[in-house]
Amino acid sequence: MTATTLSSKVEGLIKRPQFRTLFGGVMTGLVGLCALLTVIPLFAVLGFVLVRGIGRFSLTLFTQLPPPPGLSGGGFGNAFIGTLIVVLLGTLIAVPFGVLTAVYLSEFSNISRTQKEVARWVRFGINVLAGVPSIIAGVFAFGLLVTTGIFGYSAAAAGVALAVLMLPTVVRTADEALKIVPQEVRWASVGLGASNYYTILRVVLPAALPSILTGVILAMARAVGDTAALIFTALFSSFWPRGVFEPIATLSVLVYNFATVPFKPQQELAWAASFFLVMIILVASVASRLVIRRQPMR
Amino acid sequence: MTPGAALPEGRSRSPQERLIDRLFVRSTLGLAVLTGVLLAFIVLVIAWGAVPALRQFGLDFITRSAWNPVPGREDFGVFPMLAGTLISSVIALLIAVPLGLGTAVFLSEDFIPPQPRMVISFLVELLAAIPSVVYGLWGIFVLIPLIQPVAQWLHANLGWIPLFGTEPVGPGMLPASLVLSIMILPIMTAIAKDSLAALPPELRQASMGLGATRWWTIFRVLIPGAISGIVGGTMLGLGRALGETMAATMLIGNSNQFQVSLLAPSNTIASLLANQFPEARGIQVSALMYAAVLLMLMTLLVNILAEVIVNRLKAKYE
Repeated sequence: MTATTLSSKVEGLIKRPQFRTLFGGVMTGLVGLCALLTVIPLFAVLGFVLVRGIGRFSLTLFTQLPPPPGLSGGGFGNAFIGTLIVVLLGTLIAVPFGVLTAVYLSEFSNISRTQKEVARWVRFGINVLAGVPSIIAGVFAFGLLVTTGIFGYSAAAAGVALAVLMLPTVVRTADEALKIVPQEVRWASVGLGASNYYTILRVVLPAALPSILTGVILAMARAVGDTAALIFTALFSSFWPRGVFEPIATLSVLVYNFATVPFKPQQELAWAASFFLVMIILVASVASRLVIRRQPMR
Repeated sequence: MTPGAALPEGRSRSPQERLIDRLFVRSTLGLAVLTGVLLAFIVLVIAWGAVPALRQFGLDFITRSAWNPVPGREDFGVFPMLAGTLISSVIALLIAVPLGLGTAVFLSEDFIPPQPRMVISFLVELLAAIPSVVYGLWGIFVLIPLIQPVAQWLHANLGWIPLFGTEPVGPGMLPASLVLSIMILPIMTAIAKDSLAALPPELRQASMGLGATRWWTIFRVLIPGAISGIVGGTMLGLGRALGETMAATMLIGNSNQFQVSLLAPSNTIASLLANQFPEARGIQVSALMYAAVLLMLMTLLVNILAEVIVNRLKAKYE
């Protein structure tokens, strides 16, 4: 870039690197670095979970009980079944509530001004509920069902806590799903003489079903990994599940309990259970992402 | 949207059908209202459980530092955990805000082609899908050993600063805050990115047209334009960090003493609840409920603020 040998006429036409070009380059590099630093932990966590967890992976994991302290072998069969039971309970509670709430929000809430106000408040409540920490859902179920002795420490209490956490996701996704059902479908149904409930139950909901299911699966995936809501509602158990009104083992609480004990076999089980949990959740997240059009995760 | 309003009233329907119809509409309304007031119900249930402790300890509970669940000599004060909750969340924000904002700018500008941008956005969102307890496990076995030498060095060379004034023992404020920052990155990045993408393209064109460089435009036009979304996302991240339980409880060391040092074990309200609820009895349960009320109030406040800010942003561009 030496300009000494050039005539003075051309000199002005040569672009010299300026401070702002340099600054732009540096900043671009910095934000690229930010993106890199943000993604590194994902691979660090996934990599370790894969490497430490896959070693113990076999079918016997799902058919055997965790070993007593100091012994090796065994599996997390009871926790696997327990997680299934607890998440299913949560789903059974959250889905009817969530889907019917969404039906109200998207179908019936603009009949009058009051209805619109109600819908606005319900949406607001749901959004704030989405930010409630899972431990608070646990405390709620504990205060409502455990201390009062209604269920005591049990799978049922854990199901209620998980339902609270699943509800916002179910409502939001079902609301979106109902909104994209074309208006003409409703008009056609009403035009043929169908009443409101018939239109919704037999025409609109079936049309929106795939997207609603996607939302439910997403909510279940989050519930599967949740621990804080289960620690003092489901507690833990070293035995096979004995019913929904008894304490029950779950995979996520198993990870928590076994991560902090000084026994190698237990720690290995914790890694294997983590690997299994992460796999389930990643598959569910990726699958639901492929179905739902891109929305910000909130 | 609704066919309900447009129903021709004159058409004859059987009374049963009308009844079912009305019941259906009413029941969806009822369930929606129930869902809406669930939040208030949750607050009520927890506050109800906190009443005995509130009576016994009053507001001093917030400023005192005793935690003694021995029967007959119970004494509870939540100050160290409250401080630990706030400090760990603030440190997490200090790390996550610049990283998240940088990543959001990187993903909303055209530095790289759209395809890899989509992939990176997706990877960042996957961070949010990893369960908290797995972060905790990873923190215990990977992160703590990894940062131990760094912590040793900080204590050896900068030990005269109170922040690094204690011998690092492994678990403590530092690893917990680091993992918290990783956990709140996805939500902050996603919302900042969306609010940057929601800006009208004319803004950028006008700025560039006046001769501003790309970075000048980002700093002086785009970020100020999207600031409400960025702040809202940060608030949501803060709400997550305040209530984050498993990763915190596995990494922070659960010490109920307040210490200034970041290398010392500490505690947060959420991890206090996770640790003590399973074995709590009597007035201790109530004291924990009291602590839970405080945590709930903090997260609600932060989330409601975030919700209001984000809603205002939506209203602006829709």
